[in-house]
Amino acid sequence: MTVQALAHAPSGAAPLAMRAEGLCKAYGAITVLSDISLDIEAGEVHAVIGENGAGKSTLMKLLSGHVAPTDGRLFMENGSVAFAEATEAEHAGVVLVHQEILLAADLTVAQNLFLGRELTRGFMVDDKTMNRRTAALLARVGSVARPTDRVGDLPLAQRQLVQIARALLEDRKIIILDEPTAVLANDEVAALLEIVRSLREQGVGILYISHRLNEVQALADRITVLRDGRMVGTWPASELSQRRMAELMVGRELSMLYPEKRPVVAGEPVLSVTDLVVDDGVSQGSFSLRAGEVLGIGGMIGSGRTELIEGLLGLRPSHARRVEVNGREIVHRSVRSLMAAGLAYLTEDRKGKGLLVDASLAPNLTLQALDGVNPGVVLQQRREVAELKKAVSDYDIRVRSLTLDAGKLSGGNQQKLLLAKIMMSSPSIIIIDEPTRGIDIGNKSQIYGFIDAMVRAGKACIIISSEMPELVGLSDRVLVMREGRFVAELTGAEINEENVAYAATTGRHTAAAGEA
Amino acid sequence: MTMTAVAPATPATGSRIRWADFAPFIALALIILIGTLINSNFASHANLMNVITRSAFVAIIAIGATFVIAAGGLDLSVGSMMAFVTGIMIMAMNGLAPAYGDWAIAMGAGVALVVGGLCGLFNGLIVTVGRIEPFIVTLGTMGIFRAFITFMTDGGSLPLDRSLRDAYRPVYFGSFFGIPYPVLITLVVVLLGAFLLYKTKYGRRVTSVGSNAEVARFSGVSVGRVRTLTYVIQGLCVAVAAICYVPRLGAATPTTGQLWELQVITAVVIGGTLLRGGKGRIWGTVAGALILEIIANVMVLSDLVSEYLVAAVQGAIIIIAMLAHRFTSSR
Repeated sequence: MTVQALAHAPSGAAPLAMRAEGLCKAYGAITVLSDISLDIEAGEVHAVIGENGAGKSTLMKLLSGHVAPTDGRLFMENGSVAFAEATEAEHAGVVLVHQEILLAADLTVAQNLFLGRELTRGFMVDDKTMNRRTAALLARVGSVARPTDRVGDLPLAQRQLVQIARALLEDRKIIILDEPTAVLANDEVAALLEIVRSLREQGVGILYISHRLNEVQALADRITVLRDGRMVGTWPASELSQRRMAELMVGRELSMLYPEKRPVVAGEPVLSVTDLVVDDGVSQGSFSLRAGEVLGIGGMIGSGRTELIEGLLGLRPSHARRVEVNGREIVHRSVRSLMAAGLAYLTEDRKGKGLLVDASLAPNLTLQALDGVNPGVVLQQRREVAELKKAVSDYDIRVRSLTLDAGKLSGGNQQKLLLAKIMMSSPSIIIIDEPTRGIDIGNKSQIYGFIDAMVRAGKACIIISSEMPELVGLSDRVLVMREGRFVAELTGAEINEENVAYAATTGRHTAAAGEA
Repeated sequence: MTMTAVAPATPATGSRIRWADFAPFIALALIILIGTLINSNFASHANLMNVITRSAFVAIIAIGATFVIAAGGLDLSVGSMMAFVTGIMIMAMNGLAPAYGDWAIAMGAGVALVVGGLCGLFNGLIVTVGRIEPFIVTLGTMGIFRAFITFMTDGGSLPLDRSLRDAYRPVYFGSFFGIPYPVLITLVVVLLGAFLLYKTKYGRRVTSVGSNAEVARFSGVSVGRVRTLTYVIQGLCVAVAAICYVPRLGAATPTTGQLWELQVITAVVIGGTLLRGGKGRIWGTVAGALILEIIANVMVLSDLVSEYLVAAVQGAIIIIAMLAHRFTSSR
């Protein structure tokens, strides 16, 4: 860590805890964050909001020394600082509490708190002192856990509190909380907000990242909005309504990327799902789909959209009052039975659940429809190659050789191969989870074209997407999910990014939209 | 549908040559060459047929193991299972001999296939329905089968009835146009295995499950059923090996098939099948089984290294094979 003389005196009444100037981060040619300047005062809660992929997490990692910036400078009260790694930032009093729980499940709470900095007396570990200090910290964050509890036995919310207690073990000037309430229930959230407020009163500067705009409004003193890796600006919290926050987060116009909207044709209902409950209620809902319709399912990552569809396909423990596909009730739901009824699902996890990355293209293409391509027991390899050639030309999959492993393709070509794979069974209902995640703009546009062509041909489509413009650009109707429940249905002119973002973050249908 | 202006060039369909795929066969050729140079007796018809016949048991069992491993599983119980099946088969044959004469051999062989299949089914169901690591399951059944054969032989030997020996003897010692029966049986098992793994839908599903079980599940493959069947195939292969083995010694003992599981897994792995699943190499497995047996044979024929070190050389080979694989595939 280098410490230089203080170059700029902090302005404003409250002492400055940290200031960032012109932070940039690029991975190779891809810039993920550019020219971010913000400051955190001691004793304030500074919220950072933005869509998925806006660069919030990268910013947090830059500030806490987990990642080094490509450009830009950080200042603390003693002057310019540069953290080579996270431990240096911790010594300087900056700590990041990760969104995921990063604790050793088999160790006790106290052992976790003091992991890597155990107190000793002679050669012996001083458990007594560590347990005593842990108890005091747990009381400070309002946790009911005991220092000797095994972390793996604690409920998720208590583990989150233990993680915050760990951050408080040493005196901190800045605590960065990355979506601390993502795993908490409502009453636990209230308790956590109280803890954050008490930390603020103790003079700690808090950087607070959350998707939940109501929390941000209730807690923050100032709000910084990020969009596409750039700063939109910083405002006093009192000046922003939740609606305005959502507008600032999206604030883009639909580009020419999307196919022209088709005239809405209310065809026959092809899929109706009544009271589907997945994973004991982690996600649940009823919905229906008509022929010639694109139904968008929006919501933040982790809002239960994928779980609901995977549950529908019997890939997760689930039960439903009734599921009808093309007018026929499906009693035993499985990938096979639903595929036979005319439904196909394209997973969001291309490499983990979609393609065999170590296998070549033909086995990948035909895996799901193996019985259709090969009526007998024996594989008809000529027919498989013919199908592959057809898919490569129909879906414009760019490959050097047809015997390439699927893992060697670019993301966009993998996605087109996956689309070709699920279309092998000629489905009439296509559910696509994140149609264009992590692929370039050219392939995106092509995939939108394929979807449009399918729907024009009378098929029905469900699009799950975290990208608001995509959802708005493709959908005839949008259902918004929050915390595993549908909270709003948007149709016609109601479908815009602000309304989706508002419902996804507040859980309220935006009735004000019509009046505004 | 959006079409781009420029159609992509037609991609090549020819398969690429992967040198790593040929490594087991090159190694086999090298070892045969070395053997020929060291001792002129090595390349004699009698010696070669003897070596190949001796490798038949491991080769047959290893074909089954190729399925299990290609589907992402593992079976440590094959050596004990082989002894157990051998014991049951001899008891069945001995029991049936007075009533049915030489037909007892065919009926006993049928019993062996049924018992082998059931043993495999048992392993498979515990792995898939019980959701327990195959390593643990088959470690357990390895102990169970071994204890059963020890109990059945009362710690000693369980001999085949004398009246059956002459009729049964050719299955190991006989030959057809100079090729011993065990070698022919191995060839049939290998051809069936290669057909099943490479040419059928089931084989495709086996490798897809081993490559990524989640992808297979999301594609509607019944992962549990596919995996369970690989263990049944393994059990049937064990039974075939037992049928060929009994006439050789004419008895089952508590040490029958001991440590064969290690030879079998070694043969599969040096044959190029990945232990993590997803790729099965039937012919590579055959090469692996031959390599193990030929190395032992060369060491016995030469005076360079004591034959007590055979297992050490075999152990070194699996490590060298893996290191070679690491360095060729990382490029």
